Amino acid sequence: MTQMQNTVDASEVAKFEAMAAEWWDPNGKFKPLHMLNPCRLDYITSQIAVEFDRDLDDEAPFAGLRILDIGCGGGLLSEPMARLGATVVGADAAEGNIPVAKVHAVQSGLEIDYRHTTAEALAEAGEQFDVVLNMEVVEHVADPLAYVTACQMLLKPGGLHLCSTLNRNPKSFMVAIIGAEHVMRWLPKGTHEWSKFITPDELFDLLTKAGLDPVDRKGFVFNPVGWTWSLSDRDLSVNYVTASVKP
Amino acid sequence: MPSGFAGTVAAAQRMDNPARAPILRGMDTDIIIVGGSLNGTGLALALAQGGFRVAMIDALPKATRKAKTFDGRSYALALASKRLLEAVGVWETVAPDAQPMLEIKVTDGRAGEAPSPLMMHFDHAEIEEGPMGFMVEDRNLRRAFLDAVEAEPKITHLAKETVVAQEVSDTGVSVTLASGKTLTATLLVGADGRRSGTAERAGIKRNVTEYGQTALVCAIKHEKPHGGVAHQYFMPPGPLAILPLTGDRSSIVWSETSARAAEINALDDDSYLDVLRPRFGNFLGEISLTGDRYTYPLNLTTAQSFIADRIALVGDAAQGMHPIAGQGLNAGLRDVAALAEVLTLARRRGQDIGSPITLEEYQRWRRFDRTMLGLATDTFNRLFSNDNTVLRIGRDLGMGLINAVPRLRRSFIREAAGLTGDLPKLLQGKRV
Repeated sequence: MTQMQNTVDASEVAKFEAMAAEWWDPNGKFKPLHMLNPCRLDYITSQIAVEFDRDLDDEAPFAGLRILDIGCGGGLLSEPMARLGATVVGADAAEGNIPVAKVHAVQSGLEIDYRHTTAEALAEAGEQFDVVLNMEVVEHVADPLAYVTACQMLLKPGGLHLCSTLNRNPKSFMVAIIGAEHVMRWLPKGTHEWSKFITPDELFDLLTKAGLDPVDRKGFVFNPVGWTWSLSDRDLSVNYVTASVKP
Repeated sequence: MPSGFAGTVAAAQRMDNPARAPILRGMDTDIIIVGGSLNGTGLALALAQGGFRVAMIDALPKATRKAKTFDGRSYALALASKRLLEAVGVWETVAPDAQPMLEIKVTDGRAGEAPSPLMMHFDHAEIEEGPMGFMVEDRNLRRAFLDAVEAEPKITHLAKETVVAQEVSDTGVSVTLASGKTLTATLLVGADGRRSGTAERAGIKRNVTEYGQTALVCAIKHEKPHGGVAHQYFMPPGPLAILPLTGDRSSIVWSETSARAAEINALDDDSYLDVLRPRFGNFLGEISLTGDRYTYPLNLTTAQSFIADRIALVGDAAQGMHPIAGQGLNAGLRDVAALAEVLTLARRRGQDIGSPITLEEYQRWRRFDRTMLGLATDTFNRLFSNDNTVLRIGRDLGMGLINAVPRLRRSFIREAAGLTGDLPKLLQGKRV
């Protein structure tokens, strides 16, 4: 790191700043993520508040909590967690995202520990967290059980694991693959492999096998009229999120 | 420093001028509001309730805002706006002096003639929510809002101060006041009226439509009681509204061509009344003036954007409109409620309240409503402020039709009460 610091030049920083601006542009390339983000954050913040008995109207409600954001990307979840007072580690397997997220955290006046690493590597190093955010990652990994087990190991006893993914059924194929990638072009073609999508029951099974107690699940439902997302108790047909606790 | 190379490099660039990028927790306050009138104070209260620290910069001294004498100005507060006042805790103070509007009568008239028999009549008894609105005097509103602001420890009220400069950085905004003081915050809100300096300094341009008309505003005392009925007459030079105040008093708003309005306004009180009297006949008995007389040139001025980097506009700063339907303050309070809701939810989610992501949510919410309202007001005025026979017959038939169909009539009543559209929580009487 120290060596890189010396060799990095101004044009590199400018490039990262441009990429950060792209990540954080609500109408840019990551528009679908920005549209989904308020809904994801509503779920995440309320689940953490309930689990750790925090009041979201307090000044820094998540103070004292150590949160890991896996697949942090440009920091769309890491930054809100840090702003709510948590100590945040943002991890991404894609090396290019790390300097981009770092540049933006500085612009936001936030301190976030962004690292190019994986859940497995962090678990091996014995890192411990109160909360693991595992959002829209599990459908991309080669061995979901090994991955979720690593997430479980990263949690302190009583810790909270929040995991969202895509359901596998004809509707999700139409919506997430045909709709989002081919028709709307919200996502690059090939972003998702439908066969890797996981049904809610499969995920609950996976979480249990990994040593976690599933406690809640909700659907993220897109409303095409208002172009907004909302949480649903019943409709888990495409995007959904789960909460599980380490005993 | 544990944060890696890019962070250190980027931080170093800003380190030589720490004021340009102060860290979040180091801001003087969360939100700076420029403007201390009703929208400004209302927003300050709603935001404080949402947990924000607020600094409100007001060009006027407190004594002016709290002046007790009736100056002739009043507002038609829609039911939805009354709910916002309840939610921020000022309605209780205002209520004893508020006049409920129980009925609205709309008539197509021609000066000197009996009103057209085809007219619209809206009665609050047709909707379950209660009176369509309340007539509230400006002095009572101002004082109630300001007292509530002073009682709220989260609000810093800087009276008799003006902004001379504003500067936006990545993390925040800093304003310089005429007194030399500077203030930093995460977000700056312009509630500074139709000639908003906040918008101008941010480079936001305005679209302005002039109507060549001027509204004359005054309050009258009358012999006979008004029974809580509001009247709107549509006459060739422009509309005339008679809005009930407490006691045997009414607020009068009438429009004339600007040249004619200037002539009328130059008259002494007696001659002024002589011009006014025949416009609505003698159903209120003998009338006399109370309070001051005002004139407002009618125009529609809309900011081309309601937001900029770390800046949002509310009220007349976003859109100043023709007072034809008395919707100015009500639309402003809708902005206030929507912005307070968007910001409060963003804060709870840990989102940056000054980021384009958050501010666009506000703009999306208000822009559609504002555009429709501006358009409706504009069309309404063009349609009614003339003596074209075809239009006159058309509008009489239209009004007769609306009046004859109960469902249509009820939807107009709800519209007047401000109960339609995507209502922010504060306007539903709920807390965010």
